[in-house]
Amino acid sequence: MLWCGTPRLLPLYIWVFSHWNIGKRIRSRAIPYLFSIMDLTVNIGHLKLKNPVMTASGTFGYGEEYSEFVDLNRLGAVVVKGISLEPREGNPPPRICETPCGMLNTIGLQNVGLKRFLKEKLPYLRRFDTPVIVNILGNTVREYVRLSEALDNAGVDGIELNVSCPNVKKAGMIFGTDKKTLAMLVSKVRQSVKRAVLITKLSPSVSSIQEFSKIAEDSGSDAVSLINTISGMAIDIETGKPKLSNITGGLSGPAIKPIAVRMVWETYNAVKIPIIGMGGIMSAEDAIEFMLAGATAVAVGTANFANPEATVAIISGIEEYLGKKGMRGVKEIIGGLNNAQSYNNLNN
Amino acid sequence: MSRHFKAKIINNLSLNGKNGLLSMEPLEPVINPEPGQFYMIGVSNSHDPFLKRPFSFFRKTSEGIQFLYEVRGRGTMMMKGFRGGEVINILGPLGKGYPEPGGDKTPLLIAGGIGIASVFSLVEAFAKRAYVFYGARDKEGLLMLDELEGLAGELIISTDDGSMGEKGTVVDVLNDFLTSDGSTELAEVFSLLTSYLIYACGPKPMLEAVSRIALGRGIKGYISAEENMACGVGACLGCAIKVKSQTLALCYKMVCKDGPVFPIEEILW
Ligand SMILES: Cc1cc2nc3c(=O)[nH]c(=O)nc-3n(C[C@H](O)[C@H](O)[C@H](O)COP(=O)(O)OP(=O)(O)OC[C@H]3O[C@@H](n4cnc5c(N)ncnc54)[C@H](O)[C@@H]3O)c2cc1C
Ligand SMILES: Cc1cc2nc3c(=O)[nH]c(=O)nc-3n(C[C@H](O)[C@H](O)[C@H](O)COP(=O)(O)O)c2cc1C
Ligand code: FES
Repeated sequence: MLWCGTPRLLPLYIWVFSHWNIGKRIRSRAIPYLFSIMDLTVNIGHLKLKNPVMTASGTFGYGEEYSEFVDLNRLGAVVVKGISLEPREGNPPPRICETPCGMLNTIGLQNVGLKRFLKEKLPYLRRFDTPVIVNILGNTVREYVRLSEALDNAGVDGIELNVSCPNVKKAGMIFGTDKKTLAMLVSKVRQSVKRAVLITKLSPSVSSIQEFSKIAEDSGSDAVSLINTISGMAIDIETGKPKLSNITGGLSGPAIKPIAVRMVWETYNAVKIPIIGMGGIMSAEDAIEFMLAGATAVAVGTANFANPEATVAIISGIEEYLGKKGMRGVKEIIGGLNNAQSYNNLNN
Repeated sequence: MSRHFKAKIINNLSLNGKNGLLSMEPLEPVINPEPGQFYMIGVSNSHDPFLKRPFSFFRKTSEGIQFLYEVRGRGTMMMKGFRGGEVINILGPLGKGYPEPGGDKTPLLIAGGIGIASVFSLVEAFAKRAYVFYGARDKEGLLMLDELEGLAGELIISTDDGSMGEKGTVVDVLNDFLTSDGSTELAEVFSLLTSYLIYACGPKPMLEAVSRIALGRGIKGYISAEENMACGVGACLGCAIKVKSQTLALCYKMVCKDGPVFPIEEILW
């Protein structure tokens, strides 16, 4: 019944129709915003996230540490601190220092080890309606396989292979910077992961991120995540000593953002699998920049330290942006840069 | 009640060139702090610097919370620029403070430099019962002396340059105090020493020296440690301090979460 109501409402209908076109812009912004019909969901492989904002491994503990500041149910996913088969004690202090617009860390992958993670940490995270992605690190391919098998059996939603940690000598980096080793590692792990999505976290310390992301894709990764920290160092000129115990550490925070955005964009033009973009995301604007470059989802790391509520602020900010732009879903942003101009044109 | 809150600066008193007393009023209900706990204070809204800085809970006032600080670098320099009316972001109270003062032991409170910020509320809590050993580089570095006079059982001041109180470090003074107690009878000395309980905060070398003295003489006690911090809540694992452990694995603890106050015998220097 279109003409419901009394004739007294007729002027209103006339007004509405005569202003239909002007109203269109307002409606397109206001209606999705008011009724929250905006679609924030994204897919990482077969895993559906309620929004594209997750935490970056190592910056959100095992989730519990931030649960009093953030309703974990609101997050797209929780990515926990890197887990190894056996507990690791990590590097001696000082482990961190602030640098201009960033920080260096050499935590050395201190973690509780697989057994305690499954027993003490995972059950807590299971209480939330949010996928749990476990970042893992091994010394050998076998260790990676054993870890992913155990975690897959335990029912975690995602496994993120850390092949890009700059802070541990034996492991990590070597897998991420050697093409053959990476291919072998990812395909071996692929065989043992049946349920969880498999994400390969790439090192920014390679000559071609496109080659490495392609290897990750061809070897069976469901997604790639990037970037991990970039190796750096700082010296205290008063004492003449390095500011970190390990001399070098991984740089994170706003200082690395432009590098990360560039690498996400290059990767987007090399692979078909989804990209989880990270590196210096402090605000919704930063997150959107990564998505325009081609990230399907983003991870918030160092920003949590400055503002423990950063993740939820970013989710709300993305929602506002969609409303402002009259978009119905967050997927409309992904790779937006390329929709405007083709990669080849940009690259020539 | 959230531990992440906004607070309005009431005032920011300059005590001397290097030190200030910052008073603020939380703009939402907050949790009561305990002596030895700390807060992460946001010093800027920019990206440089962007990490919050840890500061000990100094004192509660009728209006809010106070912090006593020393300018060390960029962040604390910005803090010195805080003006009344400004609103800042704060995280806290965080960590484990000094255990409840109680029992019949005689508290020996030892503060080196800005370490007084952490020890002060404990001096208050012990209500005239504590011996307070307070040392600084020079006279200017000694803060809140009038208040301390009124709160301490006995206040023993020292300066490195001798410009006020005894000349020497607070560690020297503590050593003298413990050796010159008169009695020579071994059992008596022992029972006297074990009747003390140490609480110390200050620069690392001081804490190490105090710990050695305490361990050497069988005195129990606590130190408040300092380490660079990023998150303040035990998530980044950045503020590690080496502790003794039976098994070799996991012999670091986090200053922000497990501390900043630790039993003296726990720390591995
Ligand atoms: C639990 C705790 C409680 C503290 N309480 C107080 C307090 O009540 N009053 C006060 O004045 N200071 C306190 N500090 C020290 C204070 O946090 C640092 O002085 C401050 O972070 C320096 O920041 P900045 O930007 O000025 O210095 P930066 O430019 O970052 O560094 C300058 C110098 O300070 C050192 N420094 C940096 N961060 C820390 C840190 N977290 N702890 C120790 N040294 C650091 C650096 O190594 C460097 O030598 C406390 C520290 C901790 C860990
Ligand atoms: C303190 C700290 C610990 C980290 N630990 C891990 C880790 O265990 N595994 C991993 O893959 N990445 C780790 N990272 C890297 C982050 O997940 C992220 O890739 C990087 O910090 C860039 O993002 P950001 O600038 O938003 O922090 C760590 C970073 C920081 C700052
Ligand atoms: S400061 Fe992050 S764990 Fe202590």
